[in-house]
Amino acid sequence: MDWLYVLMPIAGVKIFWPGLIILGVGVGVIGGFFGMGGAWMVTPGLNILGFPMAFAIGTDIAHMAGKSLISTMRHGKFGNVDYKLGLIMLVGTVVGFEVGAQMIMWLERIGIVGPVVRWMYLVLLALIAWMVFADVAKKKRKEREAIAAGREVDKLATGIEWHKTLHKINIPPMVHFHTAQLTCSAWLPILVSFFTGWLAGILGIGGGLIRMPALIYLVGCPTHVAVGTDLFEVMISGLYGAASYTFKGRTELVAAIIMLVGAAMGAQVGSVATKYIKGYGIRIVFGWAVIGCFISVLLKLIPTYIPELYAICDALATFLILGLVAAMSIYITVKMVQGAAAEVAMKKKKA
Amino acid sequence: MAFLKNLALTAMVFLLTAQTALAAGGGGEPIILVADSRKLTGIIAWWANLYNESHFYFTLLTIIVIPVVGVIFGVLADIVMHFIGIDLSSRDLAEH
Repeated sequence: MDWLYVLMPIAGVKIFWPGLIILGVGVGVIGGFFGMGGAWMVTPGLNILGFPMAFAIGTDIAHMAGKSLISTMRHGKFGNVDYKLGLIMLVGTVVGFEVGAQMIMWLERIGIVGPVVRWMYLVLLALIAWMVFADVAKKKRKEREAIAAGREVDKLATGIEWHKTLHKINIPPMVHFHTAQLTCSAWLPILVSFFTGWLAGILGIGGGLIRMPALIYLVGCPTHVAVGTDLFEVMISGLYGAASYTFKGRTELVAAIIMLVGAAMGAQVGSVATKYIKGYGIRIVFGWAVIGCFISVLLKLIPTYIPELYAICDALATFLILGLVAAMSIYITVKMVQGAAAEVAMKKKKA
Repeated sequence: MAFLKNLALTAMVFLLTAQTALAAGGGGEPIILVADSRKLTGIIAWWANLYNESHFYFTLLTIIVIPVVGVIFGVLADIVMHFIGIDLSSRDLAEH
């Protein structure tokens, strides 16, 4: 069975290549569907496959850049990418990320970096999960009230509408975003992206997990446009991150390309699935992904206080993350296949 | 035309970001990793040697190869999906 293993020329280890492809497919589907890189899912997967940690992050980011490019191309064709919004937000993201990274160095100097980052991550994930499910509950309540009052249910109605208040800020320049169908002060996306970039810099993550809900709830993007625009940003930051990590000698291109074979297929499936799933459907599944991430971070935090639980917590966290990747990618793929089958059947009927 | 304009702007931001980061200094721990290319042959051996000789060229090639491979696989998947009969140019759902 030697042919199932490939020697990584830089890391010098033999890796089970079908595992890399399967992992690539899973995170490709989820990334294309939610608009995030998914580093928190890939790193434990690579670790299980026997990948040295020194190369795991760089390899993950390198494959993420390619995967996001494919997803952005697809979402762009669906009209889900607001390039103008993405470019404006990039300014805030970059500056915010640098400020966050500097702050981490300061926390490191005073010796409290570990607990601060982990607890902050937990609070943030809890807040995002609450926001998503509170939004869904509020929308459902609005629908019930409309039905009870005999009014027609507004299909464009949303639950949480913080963006409407934020759009009232009239500090020039006012900008219209054609694809996102919104007009607001240019400072709103800049400040939101600075904030999300700052958080990403502090937490050491790509930021898709934070930026996607921020685009929806603070900037006011429709869910599909939030996913596409976020992917556009992940693509650029992924390329930058890949260059940075590769320059430090921490990228295994062979593994990244093998993963990309799977991720290319997965990213297309995930992106096309957004065609058949309503905005709120995406938000609900995203909420579950955030809860999964929350539990995995919590499991990694417990051994800091109870060291004897390290082995159990580590195994549980890995099992949870990989289970979540498998469950969500299967769900999204099934939805995509059902939608595509219905579309093809409809076309045949018309012809 | 709009796509080209956006692409040029993206490239500019990307390059400026890298320049700013390089100007700021910093970087990871100075650990030197060396790839063992003795047992490797062909293109893989060449790749490992490139890693040992110049991280700069290794990086340059990596950030060229990744998008190119991405586009190739993306286009291939496009062809397959188009062949199945999925409309890949529009999305009917228009809601939040």
